[in-house]
Amino acid sequence: MNTMTKQPASAKKVATFVASAIVLAVLPFIVGGTFGNSWVRTLDFALLYVMLALGLNIVVGFAGLLDLGFIAFYAVGAYTFGLLASPHFSLDMPFWITLPLGALFAAMFGVMLGTPVLKLKGDYLAIVTLGFGEIIRIFLNNLNAPVNLTNGPQGINLITPIEVAGFSFGKPHEFFGITFNGVYMYYYLFLALTVLVVIMAWRLQHSRIGRAWVAMREDDIAAAAMGINIRNIKLLAFALGALSGGVAGGLFASFQGFISPESFGLLESIMILAMVVLGGMGNIPGVILGAVVLTVVPEVLRDVIGPLQMATFGKMIIDPENARMLLFGLALVVMMLVRPEGMLPSKRRKAEFEDAKEGV
Amino acid sequence: MSMLKVNNLEVAYGGIQAVKGIDLTIEKGELVTLIGANGAGKTSTLRTLVGMEKKSGGSIVYDGQDISGVPVYDFVRRGLVMIPEGRGVFAKLTVEENLRMGAYYRNDEDGIKADIEHVYELFPRLKERQKQLAGTLSGGEQQMVAMGRAILSRPKLLLLDEPSMGLAPLIVEKIFEIVRKISAEGVTMLLVEQNAKLALEVSQRGYVMESGRITMSGNSKDLLDDERVRNAYLGE
Repeated sequence: MNTMTKQPASAKKVATFVASAIVLAVLPFIVGGTFGNSWVRTLDFALLYVMLALGLNIVVGFAGLLDLGFIAFYAVGAYTFGLLASPHFSLDMPFWITLPLGALFAAMFGVMLGTPVLKLKGDYLAIVTLGFGEIIRIFLNNLNAPVNLTNGPQGINLITPIEVAGFSFGKPHEFFGITFNGVYMYYYLFLALTVLVVIMAWRLQHSRIGRAWVAMREDDIAAAAMGINIRNIKLLAFALGALSGGVAGGLFASFQGFISPESFGLLESIMILAMVVLGGMGNIPGVILGAVVLTVVPEVLRDVIGPLQMATFGKMIIDPENARMLLFGLALVVMMLVRPEGMLPSKRRKAEFEDAKEGV
Repeated sequence: MSMLKVNNLEVAYGGIQAVKGIDLTIEKGELVTLIGANGAGKTSTLRTLVGMEKKSGGSIVYDGQDISGVPVYDFVRRGLVMIPEGRGVFAKLTVEENLRMGAYYRNDEDGIKADIEHVYELFPRLKERQKQLAGTLSGGEQQMVAMGRAILSRPKLLLLDEPSMGLAPLIVEKIFEIVRKISAEGVTMLLVEQNAKLALEVSQRGYVMESGRITMSGNSKDLLDDERVRNAYLGE
């Protein structure tokens, strides 16, 4: 039963690559021109979530460590950026310091979380990581006294937009007589960093480290017998996952200009996990698809549900905001029943689900 | 200097003593077998030798060094490699990825490639299936993967736990042929087997283990002719 597909010709690969590059390049104009700039903003968020989901995928999908507090690393990245480039401490550091620093801090927090949970697996690990995520949020919420570090629930305001050589991503710019809104500029910036994160994840997956994670997931004692230092490889997964989360957090801070602990709640962690699981744990294209779908679909529902109810019933029966989450939850349940391996599962995950079905 | 010198080794799980003070010596280049019934303590002995269980007494000297307290992941770097019972292949990795796991600690890409080719020569079947997930292979093929993976680790001392378990007689023949080949290439081996006849035929020396103790040892030929061994393990 050799189901391996033949390697596609490289010409076809190049064509696919060029085509997707063009689509991604013109996408904001098509979306913005047809539906308005708020949808370009949604695209920006989709890219942020792709970065987050890919980061979590390293931890959950590759290394098999269930992390329910992933949003903490997003928060660390965002607050590092926010505190170093806002009037709160009267600092205005450039993004090429704040962004890498945020990523580095996030990675450090990843190791900090990873070290005490080295021996934990499954449910126990999930509970500790969940607690960790909440601890970070509660700290951010309360570190405004006795010394005002985070400004508490009020959050950090007026965060400097990213600026490269005097070119600010936060202000509209004019090229060739067309005015580009900030959301367009950020789209390309996010796209570039997303591509970097994708490349990192892809290279990791196909390296000996990626193989070591798969081996560890399956049988950590046998993996150790192969010469894999389980402790180091686990911490590496936590650190690299957190790194992507930290980058996304920094970008989020500069994009929004405002951050508060509210943005980093448990529901966000669950949402990112849902993206990974729904898309196809361990498979990079699947995770990207999951992140995009779970960002865009709720927004579409928000716009569609109200008018739809008015048209069918002539009045609002369910509050659109509630109906949106209801449908969304229903979709998740149906998806897990019909296709638990995700939309685009990896070869390995697929094999796992087939094993489970056969009862092997 | 012996490759492995075990002195008065004891292993206990909770209150139960699985290994009750055994002595074992393996010289460089030898193929030694450890036979015995189910539950005699053979697997516990092997697992302790590679650091997967903690010994409760005695000493293990490998290649002139006391290896107590060495972490599990360090054994393969020292050339002490075990092929576990039930093969222990990684089901979700392909055949070739499994082989590469064996070379995890190595950095010589050229040497690794050459060794993979060497394994494919020994087991042409694996070459045909190199891109297939190991979990989809038959038991015999998985045993081949496990042995190939061990070759990729360039072992100095290879510990084999029950390679014949659950395999068809024809495949067992093939596996033992490879055991002989690996041994002929100069790898020192300790073979644990329930199939005493085959194990004694392929090895030079043997130990017989019964309820945690070594009860007999000697040249494999002599053991094969021994009345007690014949009665207890060869079913004659």
